[in-house]
Amino acid sequence: MRESLSKTGVLTKEDLAQSPGVPSEERMERGPVAYIECMEEIPCDPCEFVCPKGAITVGKQIIDLPVLDEEKCDGCGLCIPICPGLAIFVVDKSHSDKEALVGLPYEQLPLPKVGMKVYGVDREGKAVCEARVVKVLNPKKFDRTAVVYLAVPRAFALDVRHFAFMEEEE
Amino acid sequence: MRVTEHPILGKMDAVREVEFEFDGKPMKGYEGEPIATALMAAGVKVFRYTIKGGNPRGVFCAIGRCTDCVMTVDGMPNVRTCVTPLRDGMRVQTQKGLGAWEETK
Amino acid sequence: MMETEFAVVGAGPAGLSAALEASRTGVQTVLIDENQAPGGQLFKQIHKFFGSKEHWAATRGIDIGIKLLMQVEKAGIKVMLDTVVWGIFDGGKVLAIKEGDRNRRVRAEKILLATGASENPLAFPGWTLPGVLGAGAAQTLVNLHRVLPGTRVLMVGAGNVGLIVAYQLLQAGANVVAVVEALPKIGGYGVHASKIRRMGVPILTGHTVKEASGDAMVERATVIQIDEQGNPIPGTEREFEVDTICIAVGLHPLAELAWVCGCEFTYISELGGHVPLHTEKMETTMPGVYVAGDVAGIEEATVAMEEGRLTGVDVARCLGYISNRKAETLTREIQARIELIRSGPFGEVLGEAKERLIERRG
Repeated sequence: MRESLSKTGVLTKEDLAQSPGVPSEERMERGPVAYIECMEEIPCDPCEFVCPKGAITVGKQIIDLPVLDEEKCDGCGLCIPICPGLAIFVVDKSHSDKEALVGLPYEQLPLPKVGMKVYGVDREGKAVCEARVVKVLNPKKFDRTAVVYLAVPRAFALDVRHFAFMEEEE
Repeated sequence: MRVTEHPILGKMDAVREVEFEFDGKPMKGYEGEPIATALMAAGVKVFRYTIKGGNPRGVFCAIGRCTDCVMTVDGMPNVRTCVTPLRDGMRVQTQKGLGAWEETK
Repeated sequence: MMETEFAVVGAGPAGLSAALEASRTGVQTVLIDENQAPGGQLFKQIHKFFGSKEHWAATRGIDIGIKLLMQVEKAGIKVMLDTVVWGIFDGGKVLAIKEGDRNRRVRAEKILLATGASENPLAFPGWTLPGVLGAGAAQTLVNLHRVLPGTRVLMVGAGNVGLIVAYQLLQAGANVVAVVEALPKIGGYGVHASKIRRMGVPILTGHTVKEASGDAMVERATVIQIDEQGNPIPGTEREFEVDTICIAVGLHPLAELAWVCGCEFTYISELGGHVPLHTEKMETTMPGVYVAGDVAGIEEATVAMEEGRLTGVDVARCLGYISNRKAETLTREIQARIELIRSGPFGEVLGEAKERLIERRG
């Protein structure tokens, strides 16, 4: 396991820069694209099979890390709920000149409401910015892993991977 | 604390509520659930006291192996409450040590 | 006395799979479980499994359980619930059972002990206080019975069980104040750790629980840092206000029945401790007595299912329901799947340990 991951449970930016599942800056600026944070050799490959564009490759050696073809990927986000490790996200830096979109898996109650203001939370559980919920998907085919899209300030697009409610929910 | 709504398990199925007695106090629980969970849902955590030290004990393994959760139920001591289903009208008592059998009349 | 061809003790993933595999070929099979409902640990596993499509990848454990049960029902396999197997006699041919209140014996030509695993305890001052319980116990209470053991939890152990149960306690609405792990690194999958880290749960490696305190139940946990030799470092104590301490320090095979019927054991710590010796077809040193699943070494549910199938195939072959050639083909297919599950840095350790065990069985 990656040195940092096995000590802290958190992937660093340096780790992720080496991930075959992470898209280039340029590609993220063009539109929504998958951002795969899977960096351990665990035999697993549902992400490859769920992708309708064949943009994710794990291969016959299913312990291999998933490789993202950023040109084939259109950022549809079907890979987000399928990953048993909840390690796949979608990033879209083309959303506006101030904001980027981050799609993330969410398996808790209550589900946030569209339009809600929340805190964008980073991999260490720290609230790093304010964010706005723009989409909440929870169809049956996602098998109870909801997908929440947040609008975050562009600078935090590669940090925000979770969110926290601003006030105590009723 | 009962988890009535759960992101994966959904809403709790409709279960029949039954009444039982705990140390003489009237309580409510769900028919067929382990006696232990009916008690825990009601905030009861101490199920018995040990023989020698009189130390409080409660649920530990929850699968009927460790016997930490035993109580006296309907006059019978050493009943593993984590695997014994709750029935209407049961009398559950905190057990002291090995407990004692109630004489049948 | 009840007579059957194949008696399966334990209706968890290994037992269910073995029963299905054998009865599919015509073997007369009985499935026995001491619980009110079959499924073993599967019904506590509300998370999606890893693996490939053949291994039920991205399917929740509970749904795998439901599917297996439906298959068992469809196959018309006799299932005896609320039935404890308390003894095994006559050279591993007769089971002594208590069906509800009724004492009976079951004579079987082949027996599978698929009795699973038990959690390891961890003793520290205050560990007997109500509020200290196994992580698996907490998982049972929450996912099976929908009751939280408490609302402020300290998790001891950062293997997969500790990390997964911590996540599931959070899903159920509890607050997990920290996970402590005695080793200098996290033993479970990085993704399981990442999930709870971004939910704000600190993971303290090189730490352990020093003491639990409280009046009649847990009210506080004292955590202490330990050095590389495992010695506590005085002065590094930290107190957490909690009402629950979950212990996730490993599982060991629940192998009493194998022990009392005379099976030989070996000690392999990677597999959970004392494990009954078995061949690669899952037969113990007692002819006709098999083991599969966690009782044969602590691994995943997917391995349990495949080991169950290996057993079912060999039983069908021994009893003459399938040819040696058919059995060979099926066995090789199953073993290929097991090899896949055991690939990678996590699985390799277990695969290698299993090889050692099978070698010792001879």
